[in-house]
Amino acid sequence: MPRPRRISTALTLAALALGITFAPGVLRADAESEDPIKLTLHDWTGQLITTTIMGEVLKKAGYNIEYVQADYIAQFAGLKTGDLHVAMEIWETTGRDAMDEATATGQVENLGETGMLAIEEWWYPAYMKDKCPGLPNWEALKDEACAEAFSTAETAPKGRYLGGPVTWGGYDDERVTALDLPFEVVHAGTDAALFAELESAYQREAPIILWIYAPHWAPAKYQGEWVEFPPYSAECYADPAASVNPDETYDCAKPRGPIWKVAFAGVKDKWPGAYQAIKAFTVDNDEMGAMVSAVDLDGKTVDEVVADWLAKNEERWSGWID
Amino acid sequence: MSAPAATAMIGQGARPWTSALTPMRLIWAAALLAFVLLWQFGEPIAEWAFKYPSALRLPLKTWIGGGMDWLVEEAHFGLFSFTELTRFVAAVIDLPYRLALGLLSSGLLSGQGSDAVQILPPLAWVAVIGLVALMGFHAGGWRLALLVATCFGFIAVFGQWHNAMITLASILIAVPLGVAGGLLLGIAAFRWRTVDQALTPLLDLMQTVPVFAYLVPILVLFGFGPTAAVVATIIYAMPPMARITTLALRGVSTEIQDLGRMVGCSGAQMTWRVMVPSARPGLMVGVNQVIMLSLNMVIIASMIGAGGLGFEVLAALRRLDIGAGLEAGLAIVALAIALDRLSQAFSQQVRNHGENDRRPGLFRRHPLVLAAFALVLATALGGLFVGGLQTYPENLKVSTGTFWSELLRWINVNFFDQIEAVKNLLLLNILVPFKRLLLDLPWAGVVALLALAGWTLGGWRLALLVGSLACLIAATGQWDKAMVTVYLCGVSVAIACMLGIPIGILAAEREGLRPTVLAVIDTLQTLPSFVYLMPAVMLFRVGDFTAMIAVVAYAIAPAIRYTIHGLAEVDPRLVEAGTASGCTRLQLLAKIKLKLALPEIMLGINQTIMLALSMLVITALVGTRDLGQEVYVALTKADVGRGLVAGLAVAFIGIIADRLIGAGASRMRARLGLLR
Repeated sequence: MPRPRRISTALTLAALALGITFAPGVLRADAESEDPIKLTLHDWTGQLITTTIMGEVLKKAGYNIEYVQADYIAQFAGLKTGDLHVAMEIWETTGRDAMDEATATGQVENLGETGMLAIEEWWYPAYMKDKCPGLPNWEALKDEACAEAFSTAETAPKGRYLGGPVTWGGYDDERVTALDLPFEVVHAGTDAALFAELESAYQREAPIILWIYAPHWAPAKYQGEWVEFPPYSAECYADPAASVNPDETYDCAKPRGPIWKVAFAGVKDKWPGAYQAIKAFTVDNDEMGAMVSAVDLDGKTVDEVVADWLAKNEERWSGWID
Repeated sequence: MSAPAATAMIGQGARPWTSALTPMRLIWAAALLAFVLLWQFGEPIAEWAFKYPSALRLPLKTWIGGGMDWLVEEAHFGLFSFTELTRFVAAVIDLPYRLALGLLSSGLLSGQGSDAVQILPPLAWVAVIGLVALMGFHAGGWRLALLVATCFGFIAVFGQWHNAMITLASILIAVPLGVAGGLLLGIAAFRWRTVDQALTPLLDLMQTVPVFAYLVPILVLFGFGPTAAVVATIIYAMPPMARITTLALRGVSTEIQDLGRMVGCSGAQMTWRVMVPSARPGLMVGVNQVIMLSLNMVIIASMIGAGGLGFEVLAALRRLDIGAGLEAGLAIVALAIALDRLSQAFSQQVRNHGENDRRPGLFRRHPLVLAAFALVLATALGGLFVGGLQTYPENLKVSTGTFWSELLRWINVNFFDQIEAVKNLLLLNILVPFKRLLLDLPWAGVVALLALAGWTLGGWRLALLVGSLACLIAATGQWDKAMVTVYLCGVSVAIACMLGIPIGILAAEREGLRPTVLAVIDTLQTLPSFVYLMPAVMLFRVGDFTAMIAVVAYAIAPAIRYTIHGLAEVDPRLVEAGTASGCTRLQLLAKIKLKLALPEIMLGINQTIMLALSMLVITALVGTRDLGQEVYVALTKADVGRGLVAGLAVAFIGIIADRLIGAGASRMRARLGLLR
């Protein structure tokens, strides 16, 4: 967004005339643009933390940073035109299509993995183990009594599995068919709804089995386990013969995919140093899980948690901006 | 209409139900019989009537996608491209926005991003509260001053100040633009019949095509950020203003118009000096709607870079912090109430202008303006020494903390089974069978029946319009999703009307009840549905039932509001005539007031349908499988064509309902002798 620059210049002069002085951040590598690098913020804590870490590190290197709140998917429109510059978390599992579409235009560049690995799988609270003793092995779900334990009035006698929003993909409808599970897939519309149902069921110790992903605060807050499906392989998704059911695809677990960093293609030329730093950025699942819990469960602010991380990991992040 | 006409009307109600076999009834009976036969036995013979043949499917999706690409990348006016034009518009809107944001939130800045240096601080919170209170005092006396100060105070105390000022800045830009645009469009439609004809479908589209469907093109055209959010807000919030303007102008009594002509008004004078001022009560309903709808867009606006309270609500509910979400949501409501009451009071005040104040001296003439300046200056200087004057002190913030979460947990743990039982009863006996029925019907038969209804109510033109729109839905391959949409909206609108119209009547009959009812519906309309959607999910699980609750809660407002407005506007002379001819209170209501208020009530139902359709995008968030979900999926895949086609299908449903109801209403009016 272009600001009314002339007005602000005039005001700067006025301010200087009044004797108010200020020191600009001057560590920036030479010849790189002084325009702000716009990093997008979404509505989940992990992403806020990742982005704030990156932003604060870039600030320490002297770059001008601006955080912009943007929708996870809608942001690609801005990344393509250069209105936005950097998005720190694009999940393989939920953002792949939009990311591929954007990178195909040549306007958006994939800057590699964040080091975090997205886990997405069927998950149940620990108290359900009493009602369905064979878990976490997936074959326990084939048992009719077990499926009925997970049922509701609308799905009985079949079990009710709460899947992610349709937009997340995940092939759960196909998985249920391929593995011949006596379950009905109900899709939540958004992940807030997903966790609202989990919270509700957990409060009542009521049966629930649903799609959970990590890194997230939920696996830290609630006691429970992932269902162990036959291991994922690319062949299992593509070739019916692979994995347990010889006639169907998707008869295995979900892939565990990386979380990517993407940027507007112009970043490379405009801020080469920042470009390198963003490429170098990595954190891992455990670190992130701990930070997310600190914010969402212990009530710290994102800034506190990030400041803490920066203080403890100075060697790491100073390596990114060298 | 005169008093004898009113008496005649009362007499009409006593007419016995005639059961003559008119030709129209015969045609309908034959059509229904044919429909049932087709539905029950037609499938083996005419499969195409049940499932639209995919070979004949219109590739509208690809056309729209291609057209949009052309618009964004190639459309050119010679000197500049279409994108450059929209970017220019964005820059023009951006200027006042930055100014408002600077004043309210960020302060005047030099430079950009984290390099920016604050030259002047924003208005202190004390100053803003003082300013709105002064405005309130000026427009409506100390009562209003107290009300708006309380609203803003509430925002400060609950720690929402920073976010609220960001939201307020974008509202301050969007509302005047929406009101002005709507007013001009409405006047144009009133004066020129062709404009009216062209505008009506356009307004329907603006109001019913879900915002998500055109979000991506708007972002590309106007750039990512608050300006795009302002544009989307205006598109969504302007239609009611335009509609109500036209309606209100048509409602100006002929005597006033004659007077205007007799004193020799020019066209412009007639419009601005006679018509618009006379139509003010109606116009203010429009202003109210623009404010309410703008604040309703706060959540979606925050998804495209507007930030502010909407972002706070989303973030809080993603971590299931119900209390924090509710506090941010109520801050939006507080803003809405303050802005609405202020604007209403100002409009009342403009009416009483006239005698110029000729008291000597600047101070005597403008004491409030001077007081405002003094306040701003004093708080700015004071703020340099006492931080608490500039920003609300951290340690004085209040929060409901975990209270709401705990309350919800208590209800959940203790009453879930009872709630579930009621829900299952409704779901398994009414909702699910109705849905199955609709999905089961042959599309060709439904299209034919709709066309017949159009013909009965409004002639062959309406039949053609309704029939071809319905056909288009089938031809773009969205029949099933459209039926789920009709089911969800139909059930919700029916419930909203069954609850809303009686409440509206009650509130109109009892003056004492009215302020409470109005406050409640203002709250319902501006409290982001996300705030109650998530608790609803906890109690009712994801699915149609939760979606229905959200739609009813949102769409009930116009049903109530227009009923009150319609009853309040009934000509008191007719009521007197009724009383004089010995009507009881109930007769007065049923035989005179309700009949005369019918056009307004129908408009209310129309708006209820439109709002219900506009909620589809939100209900997609709790897992419905309708057109709203289709739009949402298209958004996440950045598929402009798919999103717009589904969005258009939603709009078509809205237009079909609107036209049929409209034609039905005018027939009814004609029968009652209400036509002007």
